[in-house]
Amino acid sequence: MNPLSTTIAEQLLNGLTLGGIYALIALGYTMVYGVLQMINFAHSELFMWGGVAGALFLSFLPADAGGGALIAAFVVAMGASGILAMILDRVAYAPVRRSSRLTPLISAIGASLFLQNLVFLWRDSQMAFPQPLAVRSFPCGPVTVNGLQVFIVGGSVALMGALTFFVRRTKMGKAMRAVAQDADTAELMGIPVNRVIALTFFIGGALGGAAGVMNGLYYGSVKYNMGFLPGVKAFTAAVLGGIGNLPGAMLGGFLLGVVEALGTGFLPEPEWKDVFAFAVLILVLLFRPSGLLGENTAEKV
Amino acid sequence: MRTPLKKFKSYFWAGVGVAAFLAAPLVLQGTSWAFVIRILALMGLYGLLALGVNLVLGYVGLLDLGFMAFYAIGAYTTALLSLRGVGFWWCLPASVLAAVTVRTLLGWPVLRLRGDYLSIVTLGFGEITRIALNNWDSLTNGPKGLSLLSSAAVPPLRFFGFGIQTNTHFFYLIFALLSLGLLVCARLNRSRIGRAWMAIRDDELAARAMGVNAPRLKNLAFGLSAGFAGVAGAIFARWENFVTPESFTFWESALLVAMVVLGGMGSLPGVLVGVALILGLPEILRSGVFRWIGGAQAVNARYLVFGAILVAMAIFRPQGLWPRRVDRLPAGNE
Repeated sequence: MNPLSTTIAEQLLNGLTLGGIYALIALGYTMVYGVLQMINFAHSELFMWGGVAGALFLSFLPADAGGGALIAAFVVAMGASGILAMILDRVAYAPVRRSSRLTPLISAIGASLFLQNLVFLWRDSQMAFPQPLAVRSFPCGPVTVNGLQVFIVGGSVALMGALTFFVRRTKMGKAMRAVAQDADTAELMGIPVNRVIALTFFIGGALGGAAGVMNGLYYGSVKYNMGFLPGVKAFTAAVLGGIGNLPGAMLGGFLLGVVEALGTGFLPEPEWKDVFAFAVLILVLLFRPSGLLGENTAEKV
Repeated sequence: MRTPLKKFKSYFWAGVGVAAFLAAPLVLQGTSWAFVIRILALMGLYGLLALGVNLVLGYVGLLDLGFMAFYAIGAYTTALLSLRGVGFWWCLPASVLAAVTVRTLLGWPVLRLRGDYLSIVTLGFGEITRIALNNWDSLTNGPKGLSLLSSAAVPPLRFFGFGIQTNTHFFYLIFALLSLGLLVCARLNRSRIGRAWMAIRDDELAARAMGVNAPRLKNLAFGLSAGFAGVAGAIFARWENFVTPESFTFWESALLVAMVVLGGMGSLPGVLVGVALILGLPEILRSGVFRWIGGAQAVNARYLVFGAILVAMAIFRPQGLWPRRVDRLPAGNE
């Protein structure tokens, strides 16, 4: 195999790994948007919160704690981020639910500033993310596959599968879809709308928290401001797939990850890679605001 | 009803306040309180920026999260031109022109987007600008920034032969331009254009139905607001004599929004109050009064406090501390 296609294969693999993380975060944006038609601007902090919670939990355990500790770290991080998401909704969003569009956005920026600086005050430098399992690499055709990459892609796909099952097949999932379609009518039909909203925030936050742990494992550290860039990129992924659309967020996440990784592989300066996501975001919003899988909805009068 | 005497009294005290404020640097100069001059001048500079944000957020209701990009464009334009020997009074209009042009070109496609999408796109543009400044080494010298101090090519900053060098000089320069900015905003607010902007803010669909050319007027506000950023950027470059991409992060843009929201969107005195409070807060925290909660730590906590303030304002007082006055039709004779 020639070196060019090896580079492409390697970057494809990196892209899928990144994409899995983006897709998990994007699901949080898209779920909240689907139910409340609101951009949860502080969602990137839930991702950071999960990463920090996971790192903190693992730092209390012995260094070679093994797979069980890793699973436990995921549970802790997802719980921490999920609960924080519910608190965020109660404190910052619920009181302004009926005001103009601008007010919840301002409240969200405030919450984002608050959460980021809460962690900043606790620790202003980066914190190492413990690796409970030794990472093995194995050759797979022309490229070397890292065990972590397999784990992240597999884990994110499994979580997405569980979410799809929940939304499509369970009663609560049905209630969620009903609220997304029309909250007022759903309430008249006896659906506990507030509980559905709380659950939506919990699940969105938990998925973000899981992504935070994966990100920590992959890059080896967590920091108070780690949420900003992945947050904007995941939002781009959600918009790319069609905001409010679950399969769209997954597709958008993987697509953006791959595009970014391929772009990085061929760019002279790696820092320009962040421009990619923003450029994609602006172009999608300008030319196809409904995204790849989203339906065209006329603005309500 | 306000009687003429009461009106005269309130104007009189306002005049005394302004005079005292303008005399402050002359009194403080050379004392141990001289650092206050710099803080006041900085407040004036942020006042200019906040007026720009207020123009789009307060008057037209568009939330811009990348306003610092245009401040950066203004600052870099002046820095680059100064290093090539261009005088400040040419740099200033050039900075304004650069910021306004870029912003109008950006506004033309993106202003069609709905509120929250527009915010994200402006955020994206702000970050693209910062990343570009960080990486375009041949022009901007990358993260190391541009220093005007070491270069002999930079012409001295003079105003009719009078050299502008110290913080006190910049204080007067900044407040002269801020007064001009306030005048422009106040006049715009009461003009036909200002009323059309408010109609768009309150209900764009209804405004369009009444014949308001919403896309054009929105872009006008968008472009004009960048003029304020251009002026502020030009002054910043010559005052600091140093520009680096790290001065123009997303959080700075968010802070500007916080100032305008705290003071009162669309209210000129409100915007100034918001700027003074948010820039003054770290100084207050640093002062002795708050030392018992941990001095330096309290200053680090200021962003935490700003975040909490934003959430609290959104919930309890969305109109701000000093809300804009709603002009009512006179309700008959009283």
